[in-house]
Amino acid sequence: MADQIQWVELSVFIFFFALVTVMGFFAARWKAGPVSEHLDEWGLGGRQFGTWITWFLVGGDFYTAYTVIAVPALVYAVGAYGFFALPYTIIVYPFVFAIMPVLWKQAHANGHVTAADVVQGNYQSRALELAVAITGMVATMPYIALQLIGMGVVIKAMGLTGELPIVAAFIVLALYTYSSGLRAPALIAFVKDIMIYIVVLVAVVVVPAKLGGYGAVFAAANDAFTAKGGATGLLLKPAQMLPYATLALGSALAAFMYPHTLTGIFASKSADTIRKNAILLPAYTLLLGLIALLGYMAHAAHIKVDTPNDVVPALFQALFPSWFAGFAFSAIAIGALVPAAVMSIGAANLFTRNVWKSYVNPDISHAGEAAVAKIASLVVKVGALSFILFLPTQYALDLQLLGGLWILQTFPALVFGLFTRWFRAEGLLLGWAVGIGWGSWTAWSNGLKPLATLDLGGASYVFYVGLGALILNIAVAAVATVIVEMISPNRAGATARS
Amino acid sequence: MWILLLVPFVGLLWVPFYNFAEPSLFGFPFFYWYQLAWVPISSLLIWLVYRSRTPDETP
Repeated sequence: MADQIQWVELSVFIFFFALVTVMGFFAARWKAGPVSEHLDEWGLGGRQFGTWITWFLVGGDFYTAYTVIAVPALVYAVGAYGFFALPYTIIVYPFVFAIMPVLWKQAHANGHVTAADVVQGNYQSRALELAVAITGMVATMPYIALQLIGMGVVIKAMGLTGELPIVAAFIVLALYTYSSGLRAPALIAFVKDIMIYIVVLVAVVVVPAKLGGYGAVFAAANDAFTAKGGATGLLLKPAQMLPYATLALGSALAAFMYPHTLTGIFASKSADTIRKNAILLPAYTLLLGLIALLGYMAHAAHIKVDTPNDVVPALFQALFPSWFAGFAFSAIAIGALVPAAVMSIGAANLFTRNVWKSYVNPDISHAGEAAVAKIASLVVKVGALSFILFLPTQYALDLQLLGGLWILQTFPALVFGLFTRWFRAEGLLLGWAVGIGWGSWTAWSNGLKPLATLDLGGASYVFYVGLGALILNIAVAAVATVIVEMISPNRAGATARS
Repeated sequence: MWILLLVPFVGLLWVPFYNFAEPSLFGFPFFYWYQLAWVPISSLLIWLVYRSRTPDETP
């Protein structure tokens, strides 16, 4: 990777960055509402986003910049196993179609802004509400840090060193998120997604043409894995199949428990908007599958890098003129801004509604909520920034992995309550605690690998620890519900307003 | 019709069913084009369920 500054790339990059900055500040006036007077306006863009805006927004914040860097990097390093992102982002949509419209209806009817609001509405339990809110905030922080890492990779590729460029980019992001709220990333998502589509479609046509077709790309990758050995290859090893499937399923169930994806759901205009998006959003998954193949193209192009994360920038610099590489890098960096903004808004909404309003100032006005959330979004961003400035990068990656397993433990509290009131808040809280405790401990004792091993009747099964923790979570919640039901059959408050 | 929503789960989570190189298509080993093919298939299945359900504005 070049160490001098790549002026052409950098100029293109700065042009697009300036463009989205102007758009970010201008967004406050887009589909204008009183942004500072109500949290629905700042934090949910006025709950008015139709099918296309939601498509761009959710596509923009679910398929993050880090994905564009990390998925090809993993595929480059290990092969087929890295493709679990593909089944994951397919099966998530039948789930979204079945569950999320129900969640939207409940949130819409009761003015809920966050997952924890919905949980509190269904169970009237401040403790469960706080558990869901804190899990959401804690899981989001390293996710934002990851976006910064993704942005850092392309900035480094352009020859800029030091942390100043990232800090500057982040201050700009923080300011327009502060002033425009969710409207800013929603508007920028249009630019980001169109740029990413152009980059990837050009890459998947031009790169194989330069390298001798897809047959040659797969053959080159196969040679590289044969030479490398170990648990790599174009196909899964038998021992990788169960981890592959459970990672896909667990990730799919966790994906729409995160504050940033749920913010996209709550901001939709109608339940039908969400259903149509479940049909249309897989277009991004096709894109993701093609992005993943960049990892194999790098083998065919004989790209050698120090860390796999540099594979995508190195590939673009090797095969494209510098203006197009600059365009691709802008797409990736802007692709980091959209999710980072939505994540900080989602976390800020949780803090405002479920910590500040619940514990500090229950009589807060609508304008007061918006003011608290705006400040909270700044704090969240500074937290994520200090994460990558002061801690080793690996910490952010490890915590993001744990974050996925934590957020998955909010699934029973959030989803089951939409369909049945059978579970008791006490049981769900205990299940959540046991799931997080066992999952974290297992991941930790495996050297922060997301896999757990279970020995049953002589055979040993390796699976995604988050999914195991979820099953344990549900079992504990069910047993505890039965016990609590025997001790106190009277459901205090459970029939109150929801 | 809602049962159609479970089909992608079966098709994609039962990995031994598609962990093969052959038959390949346009240079893509089976493992890859099979999973990519599930993207439009899943969209289609969800659309079929969407079409069949009664519109919800009457709760």
